[in-house]
Amino acid sequence: MPERTATIASRSGLHARPAAIFAEAAGESPVEVTIAMAGSAADDALDAASILSLMTLGAAKGDVVVLRADGDGADAALDSLVTLLETDLDAE
Amino acid sequence: MQNFQGVGVSPGRVIGTIRQMPKPVSEPPSGEQLAASTTAEDAVAGLKAAAQSVHDELKARADKASGDGKAVLEATALMAKDTMLLKSATKLINNNGSSAERAIWEAGASVSEMLHNLGGYMAERATDVLDVRARIVAELRGVPAPGIPASDSPFILVAEDLAPADTATLDPAIVTALVTSGGGPQSHTAIIARSLGLPAVVAARGVDEIPDGAEVFVDGAAGSLSLEPTEEQRAAALAWVENAATLAVFDGNGTTADGHLVPLLANVGGAKDAAAAAALGAQGVGLFRTEFCFLERDTEPTVLEQAAAYRGVFDAFPGKKVVLRTLDAGADKPLPFLTDATEPNPALGVRGYRTDFTTPGVLERQLEAIAIATDESEAEVWVMAPMISTAAEAARFASLCGAAGIKTPGVMVEVPSAALTSASVLRHVGFASLGTNDLTQYAMAADRQLGPLAELNTPWQPAVLRLVQLTVAGSAEEGNGKPVGVCGEAAADPALAVVLVGLGVSTLSMTARSLAAVGTVLKTVTLEQAQELARLALSAPDALDAKAWVRAKLPILEELGL
Repeated sequence: MPERTATIASRSGLHARPAAIFAEAAGESPVEVTIAMAGSAADDALDAASILSLMTLGAAKGDVVVLRADGDGADAALDSLVTLLETDLDAE
Repeated sequence: MQNFQGVGVSPGRVIGTIRQMPKPVSEPPSGEQLAASTTAEDAVAGLKAAAQSVHDELKARADKASGDGKAVLEATALMAKDTMLLKSATKLINNNGSSAERAIWEAGASVSEMLHNLGGYMAERATDVLDVRARIVAELRGVPAPGIPASDSPFILVAEDLAPADTATLDPAIVTALVTSGGGPQSHTAIIARSLGLPAVVAARGVDEIPDGAEVFVDGAAGSLSLEPTEEQRAAALAWVENAATLAVFDGNGTTADGHLVPLLANVGGAKDAAAAAALGAQGVGLFRTEFCFLERDTEPTVLEQAAAYRGVFDAFPGKKVVLRTLDAGADKPLPFLTDATEPNPALGVRGYRTDFTTPGVLERQLEAIAIATDESEAEVWVMAPMISTAAEAARFASLCGAAGIKTPGVMVEVPSAALTSASVLRHVGFASLGTNDLTQYAMAADRQLGPLAELNTPWQPAVLRLVQLTVAGSAEEGNGKPVGVCGEAAADPALAVVLVGLGVSTLSMTARSLAAVGTVLKTVTLEQAQELARLALSAPDALDAKAWVRAKLPILEELGL
């Protein structure tokens, strides 16, 4: 299964506005994407399109997370989501 | 023409159509099951459809909003169709045969609790999940969504009462007046209305039966709402629009017609308020509530954090007086690190200055922060303690202020005992400020928030006016001309403001929106006339007569619609 790691760039971490923007983008991608803190079990991965899951994940700025997806277009979807996580969305 | 009479709490005359605030969504009964005619599949599909439409409605509102409000609405819209929430509700429907309403209720509760336990920013979002849950249940039941109705066209909001949280979603460009069946003159609705400058009537029994869309006339000074407005009322509403323009500007000079100066000051809660008050012509700050710096915090802010926050207010008034009130926690303003939420009678409990008995140190650190901020600013800073009851408490507060290097310590007079013994209380401090909201509540033994007690709970009560008079007399007896001001909502009522000046009060502090109206009316009377009106009010048998008698002698109020 394709996977990517990304470092959270938003100052407020993956909450608030950055979480909303990311959850919306994950929901629009053609494949189901999961998110987990780096080093945690793949079974603990959460639905990346769920803003409530993202908030309970509690990823802060500088934390490393793993995104996973399977199926057609998974690689492209993951690449664009990684870009989003590595952008400081609070600055926009 | 049907008329509903309540208590006017914020002046203004408007005509408009009403919208009822929907009742809060009730909890679906625990254990509520799917109806026999409904399959689990249908229930899940119905839930998803309801969630989608709640999402779409919130999203549409977010698209029209801007700034922080937009971000919150966008996040809340996403929560409505969140997979974590819907999956857990679906599980309850499929596995337990729960009704869709009960399932989303329970799923929302557990997600909200999870967020709450994470603390900080997440905990603040926990209430958003509960809001979304209530919206989905309302959608499933086919009833209007809770909260202030969304609308593009202006309307008059009718509700049972408003909560502080409703302020955030109340757009004064859309809501043109507030009318509630409950609440009293000191309720949150009244305070919100005055700060937004919206005409408002509270405790108007029966208004919750008026159908949506009915055209009504509201008079916020008279405290009345009329169905089927007359031509005369239409003319009055038009005249108000013109008056409102002149009443929006205060010339920054509080005085009677014969030149007796009564500085008009503002009540503020933070730097933003202070800047707005300065722009509205306030001659200083008569009540700086410092709670804002502490509220929604689990721990005490540091001395430097506090000093920076206080500076924000001081800097809006260089060279002018700023009266700061030390932390007033307890009763309706609980703070986790200071107050005990389990007290059986919080209004009579450890609140205000009294938190220093149970949690010493917090007050001293606050005084230290105030002293630092004062040194760095050009404002003339006075500091007073809330809920002082005895001369000994005043003496101790003055010595704490002295130790911190604060030059002008004072006390709030809001407990009747302090009013009755003001000569001995004032011996220890430099000034007193009457907090008429609490003084009324304690003098009349009537809870400020209760609608049925609205008639008791008005500072027009002759007993309350007598306590004001005694406080001023105590200052004269003390002999050093120590000023006695008023910083309660009473000062914002132009008629009552005249009475207070007649009773010998030296400054009036109010919500900045009321400065112009109070200033305008004060300029039409001499000090002697104000003293005459004060004697008249004191001689009235009850609050209604006191108010009616004084108003009858001040025809300018009727002319201006105040």
